[in-house]
Amino acid sequence: MGSYILRRLMIALPSLLGISVVLFTVLALAPGDPFEELATNPNVPAEVRLLLRAKFGLDDPIWERYVRWLMAMLHGDWGFSFISRVDVDQLILQRIPATLAVIGASQILALAVALPVGVLSAVRPYSWFDRIASTMAFIGFSLPTFFTGILLILVFSIKLDWLPFVFRADISATGWAWWWEQTKQSIMPITVLGLFQGASWTRYVRSAVLDVVRLDYVNTARSKGLAERAVILKHVVRNALIPVVTLVALQMPAVFGGAIVTEQIFRIPGIGSLLIDAILRNDTPVIMAVTFVFSCLVILFNLIADLLYGWLDPRISYR
Amino acid sequence: MQEREIHALIEQVRSGELPRRAFIQRLVGVGLSAPMASMLLMHHGIAQTQQAFSYKPTKRGGGGALRVLWWQGATLLQPHFANGTKDQEGSRIFYEPLACWDTEGNLVPILAAEIPSRENGGLSADGRSVTWKLKRGVNWHDGQAFTADDCVFTWEYAKDPATAAVTNGVYKDVKVDKIDSHTIKVTFNKPTPFWATAFVAAEGMVIPKHLFGPYIGGKSRDAPNNLKPVGTGPYKFVDFKPGDMVRGEINTNYHMPNRPHFDSIEMKGGGDATSAARAVLQTGEYDYAWNLQVEDEVLRRMEDSGKGQVFIVPSGDIEFIQLNPTDPVTEIDGERSHPKSKHFAFSDPAVREAMSLLADRKSIQEFIYGRTGIATSNFLNNPPRYRSPNTKLDFNIDRANQLLEAAGWKKAADGIREKAGKKLRFVYQTSVNSLRQKEQAVVKQGCQKAGIDLELKSVTASVFFSSDVANPDTYGKFYADMQMYTTTMTQPDPERFMDQYTSWEVASKANKWQGRNITRWTSEEYDKLFHQAEAELDPVKRTAMFIAMNDLPVKANIVLPLISRPRVRGVSLKLTTQLTGWDLDLSMLFNWFRSA
Amino acid sequence: MAGSTLASATAESKPGGAAARASGVSPWAEAWRRFRRHKLAVASLVVLALMVLLVVLGPSLWKVAINDIDFSARLQSPSMAHPLGTDDLGQDLFARMLYGGRISLAVGLAAMMMSICVGVAVGAVAGISRGSVDAALMWLTDLFLSLPQLPLLLLVIYLFRERLKSVFGPEVGVFLLIVVVIGAFRWMPVARLVRAQFFSLREKEFVEAARALGASTARQVVRHILPNALGPVIVAGTIDVAAAIIAESTLSFLGLGFPPDIPTWGRLLFDAKDHMDIAAHWALFPGAAIFLTVLTINFVGDGLRDALDPRKVL
Repeated sequence: MGSYILRRLMIALPSLLGISVVLFTVLALAPGDPFEELATNPNVPAEVRLLLRAKFGLDDPIWERYVRWLMAMLHGDWGFSFISRVDVDQLILQRIPATLAVIGASQILALAVALPVGVLSAVRPYSWFDRIASTMAFIGFSLPTFFTGILLILVFSIKLDWLPFVFRADISATGWAWWWEQTKQSIMPITVLGLFQGASWTRYVRSAVLDVVRLDYVNTARSKGLAERAVILKHVVRNALIPVVTLVALQMPAVFGGAIVTEQIFRIPGIGSLLIDAILRNDTPVIMAVTFVFSCLVILFNLIADLLYGWLDPRISYR
Repeated sequence: MQEREIHALIEQVRSGELPRRAFIQRLVGVGLSAPMASMLLMHHGIAQTQQAFSYKPTKRGGGGALRVLWWQGATLLQPHFANGTKDQEGSRIFYEPLACWDTEGNLVPILAAEIPSRENGGLSADGRSVTWKLKRGVNWHDGQAFTADDCVFTWEYAKDPATAAVTNGVYKDVKVDKIDSHTIKVTFNKPTPFWATAFVAAEGMVIPKHLFGPYIGGKSRDAPNNLKPVGTGPYKFVDFKPGDMVRGEINTNYHMPNRPHFDSIEMKGGGDATSAARAVLQTGEYDYAWNLQVEDEVLRRMEDSGKGQVFIVPSGDIEFIQLNPTDPVTEIDGERSHPKSKHFAFSDPAVREAMSLLADRKSIQEFIYGRTGIATSNFLNNPPRYRSPNTKLDFNIDRANQLLEAAGWKKAADGIREKAGKKLRFVYQTSVNSLRQKEQAVVKQGCQKAGIDLELKSVTASVFFSSDVANPDTYGKFYADMQMYTTTMTQPDPERFMDQYTSWEVASKANKWQGRNITRWTSEEYDKLFHQAEAELDPVKRTAMFIAMNDLPVKANIVLPLISRPRVRGVSLKLTTQLTGWDLDLSMLFNWFRSA
Repeated sequence: MAGSTLASATAESKPGGAAARASGVSPWAEAWRRFRRHKLAVASLVVLALMVLLVVLGPSLWKVAINDIDFSARLQSPSMAHPLGTDDLGQDLFARMLYGGRISLAVGLAAMMMSICVGVAVGAVAGISRGSVDAALMWLTDLFLSLPQLPLLLLVIYLFRERLKSVFGPEVGVFLLIVVVIGAFRWMPVARLVRAQFFSLREKEFVEAARALGASTARQVVRHILPNALGPVIVAGTIDVAAAIIAESTLSFLGLGFPPDIPTWGRLLFDAKDHMDIAAHWALFPGAAIFLTVLTINFVGDGLRDALDPRKVL
């Protein structure tokens, strides 16, 4: 196992490099121009625009720009945004708290809902509970987040006036008042995202547990006289967890990447909105930095998932 | 409108027969801007009037927090690097120009002690220089005094190409001299009747020399004050998160008495127009929202909540359709829509005239834009009294059918007209915007009834409006049969816009599609008029020429004006603002107050 | 874990099953028979077939035009003339749903099939082989997971749109492009799920038994491991259909998909979202249609799984 981990870590570095090359090339080739608004502005003579492009090295060949970016990254310099001329790492750090608070919390909510509901549904398949839970799950992931978000806003912000719907990252209160304000403004986005994610996870958990619950060792455990609860928790769930672990690992990097639609609707200053703004304005340094961190997280979490498989199912071997 | 008419109107204003406001409206109606109309009057010695505005608060501060929503958040706070109006608005909270334009096109002095004129000696007789007297006793937020040195420095900063300032075009052809500590003289290289460009409005914000001095030229983007503005404005800088939030607190040393009213200002960015409208009109979470590009009936419903209202502010923006006289399909020398090619249908004036009759502007205004748009058919978005008789033929399907029939385009079995084997099938492109997509649907239906089939195409705004050479979907490339967008007009001097239809500005591969003549339409008469106007010194003659030039592409039906679009803002009922359509929203932020 | 042996092979078997096995019915007929016993699955198949029939034939039977703008009939609730009501330009929603349904269903199903097929293929190959093949395929998966979708979409569409249009014609070309683009971003979770299943399944006794009997790797995979690994795949399939329908509308919103006047279900939902408080019907019907599609596919998938599952004896 130890050598497996070492091998995987060693492969991770070149694979990360390879991914960064592909990312950079895609961004360089994609249509769009960071200074497009200037093109329509009669105040900006063509020479100034060309000077700007030259200053940011936009007209150099792709491989040269890539090497420059790589060298800077290795020195810890993440470059700065074309659009706002702020250091990219500062931009990202400014947005991490809001992202973690909302997106992170929503993933925890999703897991907290999906696991018990999925397990209960599978243990009593086709019962009333299962039918209602499954229907809710179907509704949950058939409806896009922009829809449920607006629905919640209509009900809770506009009709009932209970909750604010514009997220403020800088609430001036302190102590309990701060927590109260923060909760009020976070409930809706966390619910929207959490339920959307939880809906699909519930289905996966249910399917995984269903696969396991009919097997011989479960019957053995039951016939040994173990309480149903112990059977479920100690034997069934652990063995059904492999798909769940896969999915959670796939979803973890998205906590960093934010949720674009939800952030848009509730105006949460998260990394998702930073990314989409940067993409629409062709702000390459920001896009590269965010997607690079994202790909590091992807590789890391998939590695963790692969290791967890071995712990969950001892028969899986690593050669 | 001829030169004679303009002179007559000016005399009517001078004698008091015609109210100043009516004159300005009339000129706006023929496609000019209010600032320009106002400058015309000023040039002829007709003093401007101050807009009536009663500022109620009797002391500084105490108004609480002002919360405004800009759904395109500011990404930087340095006015000379601004990428679009959102950055200018964000900067405007902290920085100020010498003067700004109010809604009637009057110049309002801010950092200037008074508006220069011939009477007070501010304007030279030969029209080549302007002398500005600066207000005394104004301090920067860090306590240093504001002097003429700062204005001179701003000029040097912006005109240096190595600084790469976006305001370069305004400052590079002028010379600014310091006369004394509170007087500057701006000299133009030729007589310029429309002199209010340097140090005025959005491009005119003055930056402090003592902070930006070391960062002129190539080091411009390293200045720490690019992110921490120190200006003379009503609010001092507190915090900035690019794209998300700008915060300011009251400037207790502000140079106008009893102002500002609010203790702090917060400008939040992100999201879309509809939710911004909701936040002001329905939940009252915010006091002001910018640019509500939303269907009017949705806005009306929101106003029913009784927390806010929609303000419509007239400005010079017009949404129009361009017809491509060149062939967007055939590739010649690696270029489509080649200036030398001819469009199989739009090179026939009858087809173009038919197209101009097929856009149901009235319905578009009534059902899509509502209060937020005014149907216009000839860049003549003037009040009904002045509407020319031709506009009766606004939307006339029968006449269009007749025109097409007479020109030899006969309906085939599928209902689409054709001639010599070519069908009237066009690609109609615009940017992604729900209002625009609805307009497209309405125009498509009109065309269908005349036997023309339209294929609708929408392109992401950031791609459509880009100048990327490799991308085929930009509006500069015009690789479609027709396209639609909005043009804005803010400068008093229209010469910068007049070149949009000259033959040497035709966008083509040779100039990397950077040419400003996107329609690729050329006319000898237009070129002739343009050269004449360049050399003309009399502003009234020039104005008349501009109006005549403006009419040419419209009469040729290359350009079909659709809707004139005023600015739409959402304002809380308790908030009193002073808005203008000819400058930034926040240009008179110092006058905003809240009633209890 | 999937695939372990049942408690008692004889306890649940029925005489019919034994007889069928004895008489040598082909496995496909056997699967079909078992599918038919799953009532909900059959009902769903029927409903799905009805929906497909409706969107294919509907526009020729319901003659109201989809883009007939009638400002006097805006935002009307369902009535005789307009069974599902109208939108804010007065266009008939029933006609629009029928027309758009073709595209939504086609895109949803095709994109789902594509992502499932690619995902299963990659996951199976990675799961059964080990070492460098697995590492290489996982690198590919990680790459796709890391790619930011929007710039890639813009790039792909700008590179290939004209070519596809000229080869396949404008509608089919755009359709192919959209299916490939949506499918290309959804196969990765399926691949990882299938691979994880394979890791645990390939150590099982029955696979070992098959190996001992001389089954080639391919046969082990196709006949033994794959049918047991389908659980998460089926769930992924149902989720992907809904996601594909919505993704198509996101593409169209960005100007990258079908023209904006084509009323796909996702687009209708998007257009309706600002009018939910006074015209709920506008959003209700497309949402219900997507929900119904998801529901039917899910039950069909459940039935499929039961039919193909060799452990379950029906």
